[in-house]
Amino acid sequence: MSATWIAVGQIGIVVLVLAAAHKPLGDHLFRTMTATKHLRVERLGYRAMRVDPDAEQRWSTYLLSVLGFSLASVLVLFGLARLQDKLPLDIGMSPMDPAGSWNAAVSFVTNTNWQWFSGEAAAGHLLQMAGFAVQNFLSAAVGIAVVSALARGVSRSGTDGRVGNFWADLVRSTVRVLLPLAFVVAVVLVAGGVIQNLHAHTEITTLAGQTQSVLGGPVASQEAIKELGTNGGGFFNANSAHPFENPTPWTNALEVVLLLVIPFSMPRMFGQMVGDRRQGWSILAAMSTLWIAAVGLLTWAEMAGPGLVPTAAGGAMEGKEVRFGEAASALFAASTTMTSTGAVNSMHDSLTAQGGGVALVGMLLGEVSPGGVGSGLYGMVVLIVVAVFLAGLMVGRTPEYLGKKIGQREITLVALAVLTMPAVVLIGSAIAVVTPAGLAGQLQGGPHGLTEIVYAFASAGNNNGSAFGGLTSGTPFYNTLLGLAMLVGRFVPIALVLALAGRFASQKRVPEGAGTLPTHTPLFVGLLVTVTLVVVGLTFVPVLSLGPVVESLS
Amino acid sequence: MTDRRTPGADTLSFARHSWAGLRVLLVLTVLLGVVYPLAVTGVAQLTMRWQANGSLVSSSGERVTSADEAIGSVLIGQQFDGPQWFHPRPSAAGDGYDTLASAGSNLGPLNADLLATVTQRRADVAAAEGVDPSAVPVDAVTASGSGLDPDISPAYAQLQVARVARERGVPALDVAALVENLTLGRDLGVLGEPRVDVLRLNLALQTLDS
Repeated sequence: MSATWIAVGQIGIVVLVLAAAHKPLGDHLFRTMTATKHLRVERLGYRAMRVDPDAEQRWSTYLLSVLGFSLASVLVLFGLARLQDKLPLDIGMSPMDPAGSWNAAVSFVTNTNWQWFSGEAAAGHLLQMAGFAVQNFLSAAVGIAVVSALARGVSRSGTDGRVGNFWADLVRSTVRVLLPLAFVVAVVLVAGGVIQNLHAHTEITTLAGQTQSVLGGPVASQEAIKELGTNGGGFFNANSAHPFENPTPWTNALEVVLLLVIPFSMPRMFGQMVGDRRQGWSILAAMSTLWIAAVGLLTWAEMAGPGLVPTAAGGAMEGKEVRFGEAASALFAASTTMTSTGAVNSMHDSLTAQGGGVALVGMLLGEVSPGGVGSGLYGMVVLIVVAVFLAGLMVGRTPEYLGKKIGQREITLVALAVLTMPAVVLIGSAIAVVTPAGLAGQLQGGPHGLTEIVYAFASAGNNNGSAFGGLTSGTPFYNTLLGLAMLVGRFVPIALVLALAGRFASQKRVPEGAGTLPTHTPLFVGLLVTVTLVVVGLTFVPVLSLGPVVESLS
Repeated sequence: MTDRRTPGADTLSFARHSWAGLRVLLVLTVLLGVVYPLAVTGVAQLTMRWQANGSLVSSSGERVTSADEAIGSVLIGQQFDGPQWFHPRPSAAGDGYDTLASAGSNLGPLNADLLATVTQRRADVAAAEGVDPSAVPVDAVTASGSGLDPDISPAYAQLQVARVARERGVPALDVAALVENLTLGRDLGVLGEPRVDVLRLNLALQTLDS
């Protein structure tokens, strides 16, 4: 069997598992987010939290709950990072500095998981399991909550903008979906060799008589939700390239499935919530098209191994593990950058120029293919509204989506949501390349150095979290600026999407007419994919030309 | 019902929501940050003690669960320098295979320093093994992503057989047989790449010596 067919077989296995899983998981998500009854454990929880899970919130109240919860999360995580040496299970780690603690707190609360620090050298077990891992669950649950509110907005009409209850959405998606899945996956990962203990790092003498530390930590429990919640923050610096996070080829395939499975199941949930499964299918088709194209391109680039170093070395294996090789590393790289996960099983800074370019574009598409848990779907719905609006302009009719008129207010919200991320990425990168503190972070100058910087802001602004690791980002300059980029990139779109949900919920439903553009046809899927690519293309072509394109051509 | 509120009322309301958020976070932290990881730890330690503690082995190659008796983990690469050992890949973790500093080189595909390093490594390996530089496989001249890669390719292992056998005064055929026995194929026929665990291989060499 040739290497190409083996790579195709590997992708095929992942696709088959996803195809089998997305319906039952999507249905389960639908039942969870539309349930009318509470589980007993949930009722106990609500009592302890002293919140009312049955009060329908208007979109603005829902947003306040999201923001209030996130503020509390940032403060608690900041505190845990600053005080970790005073708390149990610190295994001798020092407290993080203020800028670093701010960055880490924002990073995990926004589902970015950008890490300026090395877990094995900077984070104790309590910070990892009661800080980072908790936000791995909850930032993903916030994504599910927001997209559920949007779906309710679409499916309701003539209300005063009520879109559900944030506390119930948060608790249900955690308790009924994320937690049980993560528990099962964590146990399976331990069977593959991922560690799960509370030991400190212990020094030993190796076979050849040198010293090395045996690492300890509750890694499997964190690894499971790191992938499932499209978070991506590694327990260790090397992330999923680390043998204790990802020991075998089959755990690697499992981790790729995990980071894709919820985002690819969300369209199914959405279709059912808006009462038309075909809408879910068309979204799934658009997401899949972009994902498979990126996987194909990245796999081709890494297996062909163009460029000076790969040619001299005999392959693009710098930064890659032998057990994965080029194909499994490329599959992971494409999937992690297109899901806003940001975990890595190879070092992206050492990808080929073409492969690194695909990874960068994967993020710049706005994380919609399939995107992060929840955030991918609401990002895609925003683009659908843009596509419907464009089509409406072409034929001169008032555009509508699922019975909702896309008027001036709606398109303003959507346009702002589409523009937020590019503004964050381009303004952030521009500040970095004109300040000494920004330029000092580059490991390598020239086009590759520019790519390192743009990649960092693309990663932060899209809440991805992967890095061209050569950039020295653990400085007050980058910690502060990237922290801001993560916050704006996360919460501005959430606010706009919830406002859109409120508008939809208060509108009356317009009956489908002859001029209504059907949004479940292959034609529309094509339009949607084109809109996604054009929006990115027009915004980012100049900077991509100066970075990965120049590098590919040299 | 109107949508307009005074800014003051919104601020007050935000404080209330943040306070509620804090209560919710604390309750969920107990569940997700304490109960969940401890439950997974309990199941793992009861049913898969060896894996959960790091797949550790003793100097005789026995599986052990305590770091005090271990010479390393079969999942984590170690530095082997002498000519009597199978050598691992180059490592960018600290000074080499430093588990407290897992990392790749992060050098890009056009980096001149990396190009020089790769060329030098190729010459060094070719000289050490007494082969033509073109015979040196890619994993021997590139650093892994983690810097802790426990594996080398079967090609790189086979390349080292003659030297290791000569240095240890054992038949090359026996060493080659060890390499073959310890070569793992792709999972399910298509996942990942074939590989040989360097620590397992070097541990197995001791059985030939005795």
